[in-house]
Amino acid sequence: MAEPLALKDYSREGRAFFQRVAICFGVLIVLTLLLVSRLFYLQILQHDVYSTLSDNNRIQVEPLPPVRGLIYDRHGELIADNVPTLNLTITPESVQGMDETLAQIDALIGLSEDERQAFKRRLKRRRRPYESVPVLFKLSAEEQARVAVNGYAMPGVHVEARLVRHYPKGQLMAHAVGSVRRINEADARKLDRVAYLGTDHIGKIGVEKHYEDVLLGTVGYQRVETNAHGRVMAELARIEPVPGADLTLHVDARLQQAAVEALDGRRGTVVAMEPRTGGILALVSEPSYDPNLFVTGIDYESYASLRDSADIPLFNRAVQGQYEPGSTIKPMLAIAGLATGTVSADMVLKDPGWFRLPKDKRLYRDWNWKANGTGGHGEVSLGKAIYRSCNVYFYNLAVKLGIDRIHEYLGLFGFGTNTALDIPEARGGLLPSAEWKQAARGLPWFPGDTVNIGIGQGDMLVTPLQLATAVSTLANRGRWVAPRMLMEGTDLPGTANGGMADIDLVPDHVWQEVISAMENVVHRGNQGFGENGTAWAYIGRDIDYRMAGKSGTAQVVGIKQGEEYNEEELTERQRKHAWFTAFAPVDDPKIALVVLVENGGGGSSVAAPIAREVIDSYLESLRTEYAAR
Amino acid sequence: MSSEYVRRMPESGFVFQRTAGIGDKIHLDLALVLLLLCICAYGLLILYSAADQNQDMVLAQLKKIGVGTAVMLVMAQISPIFYRRLAPWLFVVGLALLVAVYLFGPVLNGSRRWLRIPGLLVFQPSELMKLIVPMLLAWYFHERHLPPRNRHVFWALVMIAVPAALIVIQPDLGTAIIIAASGLVVLLLAGIAWRFVFGALALGVLASPAAWFLLREYQRGRILTFLDPERDPLGDGWNIIQSKTAIGSGGLFGKGLFEGTQSHLEFLPESQTDFIIAVLAEETGLVGVVVLLIMYILLMGRGTIIAIQAQDTFGRLLGSSITFTFFVYVFVNIGMVSGVVPVVGVPLPLVSHGGTSIVTLFAGFGILMSIHTHRRMML
Repeated sequence: MAEPLALKDYSREGRAFFQRVAICFGVLIVLTLLLVSRLFYLQILQHDVYSTLSDNNRIQVEPLPPVRGLIYDRHGELIADNVPTLNLTITPESVQGMDETLAQIDALIGLSEDERQAFKRRLKRRRRPYESVPVLFKLSAEEQARVAVNGYAMPGVHVEARLVRHYPKGQLMAHAVGSVRRINEADARKLDRVAYLGTDHIGKIGVEKHYEDVLLGTVGYQRVETNAHGRVMAELARIEPVPGADLTLHVDARLQQAAVEALDGRRGTVVAMEPRTGGILALVSEPSYDPNLFVTGIDYESYASLRDSADIPLFNRAVQGQYEPGSTIKPMLAIAGLATGTVSADMVLKDPGWFRLPKDKRLYRDWNWKANGTGGHGEVSLGKAIYRSCNVYFYNLAVKLGIDRIHEYLGLFGFGTNTALDIPEARGGLLPSAEWKQAARGLPWFPGDTVNIGIGQGDMLVTPLQLATAVSTLANRGRWVAPRMLMEGTDLPGTANGGMADIDLVPDHVWQEVISAMENVVHRGNQGFGENGTAWAYIGRDIDYRMAGKSGTAQVVGIKQGEEYNEEELTERQRKHAWFTAFAPVDDPKIALVVLVENGGGGSSVAAPIAREVIDSYLESLRTEYAAR
Repeated sequence: MSSEYVRRMPESGFVFQRTAGIGDKIHLDLALVLLLLCICAYGLLILYSAADQNQDMVLAQLKKIGVGTAVMLVMAQISPIFYRRLAPWLFVVGLALLVAVYLFGPVLNGSRRWLRIPGLLVFQPSELMKLIVPMLLAWYFHERHLPPRNRHVFWALVMIAVPAALIVIQPDLGTAIIIAASGLVVLLLAGIAWRFVFGALALGVLASPAAWFLLREYQRGRILTFLDPERDPLGDGWNIIQSKTAIGSGGLFGKGLFEGTQSHLEFLPESQTDFIIAVLAEETGLVGVVVLLIMYILLMGRGTIIAIQAQDTFGRLLGSSITFTFFVYVFVNIGMVSGVVPVVGVPLPLVSHGGTSIVTLFAGFGILMSIHTHRRMML
């Protein structure tokens, strides 16, 4: 401190301080007088102007809600539309007695206690003056006429036409496109109040939810002069609302229909992807529901029956359902085995029908294991292990690879990660690892766990969408494309690929080896017992294009040691889920597909014919399109 | 003891002689207490009307006033010397809490202002800073020569800017303005050269176009709306159009308590919180507002006298900062509702419902009382 003097001059400080305080207090008085003069200007000089504004002819600002963007499929078919509906509304400021008015409405067209309570709740919400509040939705022509005739006796009650979301395809597209719902109390608290003025609905599921911002549009308004009863006397200014953007999706409504018909009423899901773009061609989850029921409010009984149904129609199996992948995981494991040099294509293994870890009594069985020891696939190469779906080969492969390398390679295919770009409900499945097991179960990873992963069982879970994405990557020979719904209409979900990268550490001949084995699953026939592709007998006899496929089954209940799987003894809901994954044509893949039939039984016998039907339908339509051009 | 007293006596030309009355013994200033009671009662009456005669809201406000009074009583007992010694440490703790808000605070309504201590309480550290910042600056200048040297001015500005910046990014512009004002008042009263004051004002005017680019989108919108309320008639503009209509239609004597049509039928936004003065203006007219302003001025006049009579630099600077910061609330709030300044979230002190600012205000008055009643009396 280079202070010249350590003493303070208190008297000089005190004088200076007093001077400053006096100046500040003076400024304070001047500013207060400024406020008073502003109030004097507003309250005395401009009093007449504001009194008029306040009392007689009121200038009102009315919001003009925008029209929600439409949604089309890839061929331009409309899958989400807006249709006018008539609502009964009340302008509370203009009503003489709310209870009397509601009683009058009840006498005229009926008003249940639920509807009355719902109206009271809407009435309490924050709103603009003279903004009408809906009482009843979707009036019939007769109800409208009754209100029109008696309207003179009910000031403040109006019939208003509003555009409301309509899904012309009904339940066909429910799980693919999602839907809007009426804005509820919880939504209202979170929303930008101005942006949603005059808008009653908000996208709650699927594409409607993900693209809510662009579908909504921008609210406009008109400035009107109203009389003391709130009737519009003159329009003074008008800013038009901007409609929301129209969207075109990759989805193909005709293919969607073909998939539903192929499932033929069975519970299950079909996910079809275009491998080149990652565009979702079909996203079927059956049973489904009619989304139109939810748009203007569903009654409680109908909702309860949908919610409580054992078939869970509201659940989107294709993106939310997490299942064991079963044998459909084998081609990806084969890629890992060949790419790491763990096995080679010509290496042969003898399969007695069972596998046993060293120093372990437990038998891991093949699917054709027999208690008398006559089961097994004999001499098995990698190719045969895929087209005959040999479990013992993959038990061996999995153990040799070890869980760390399995985790790494399956991760490259997107397992364990949610990579969907614009499907908000999509889940990430579960790709187990030693770290995961320690954290989740508090147990170390056992060799037996690895054996189970070899045939897609144990803890591993995938969604049908994830499996379809992995099959697309296989069809692309490692080029990664993330699944997406949107084709055009707004900023595309980007090229970020859901944070995934191309699988470029796998050489071309490895892809070729595994893909030709998958071709054999479908096309290898007439070779005698135990030598044909597993799906050939069901779909391969009369096929006129090249398809690569893989069947699988996922267990629903465990089977004890030493017992054979006997389908007759199980109830329907305990039967295995049937999987089939495929892509075609092999040389230039146009479609990659996953079929899951819940409790369907065999993958090749039940799921494969569905896959064949859907791919037939798609390739046929491509041919027609090509010919037309 | 007496020598110390003589040394500190201000030679302002005013001579104050006091005897130790009952108020000094229990460390209360009866004039302040009386004025606070009047303003709070007046405020509760307006709130009762603004809340459509809903008693719950009035009771909630009464509870906050009760808590505030208790805090004030406690703060008044503590000697100013204690505040002065504690000031730098309080500042360090306050800054740490603001950083904690930035790192861990939950986002509510789009801003990060609160800290949650699980199971105990949720509070805004920025409220504490409203008192800590002037306390720190008063401590800083108490130890130094006045008028302050340039480098002391510089460090004082840093002490204001750091907490203010942390609060601006929450974002909470209203509180940041209050805190910056409370610090700048100390600087002004410490005797900073006038050329700095006018230089800063001129610089502010010149730099305002640059500041435009630093503002957030919604803040720019508020300024544009302030200049032309018709620009956004559905959003912020609506508030200003409605509040001006409410005030203007009130006239000289108002439409009568509970009779305001704008406030009740037209749904004046935020009528119980930041825009409550519009309800008062509509229902009791210019007269009702002027009555409130007179009470405010008396309260601040008393605060000013306390600051002048304070016996050391710390007491003077802190007391006057608390007093004049109170006026910043009054001016910004009434100014924004009547369309003189842009909309900034600042409550009408002691009247607006909600928030914890009322407790902070009472705490400030507690400190004023402490400064006044811990003086050493001439026998």
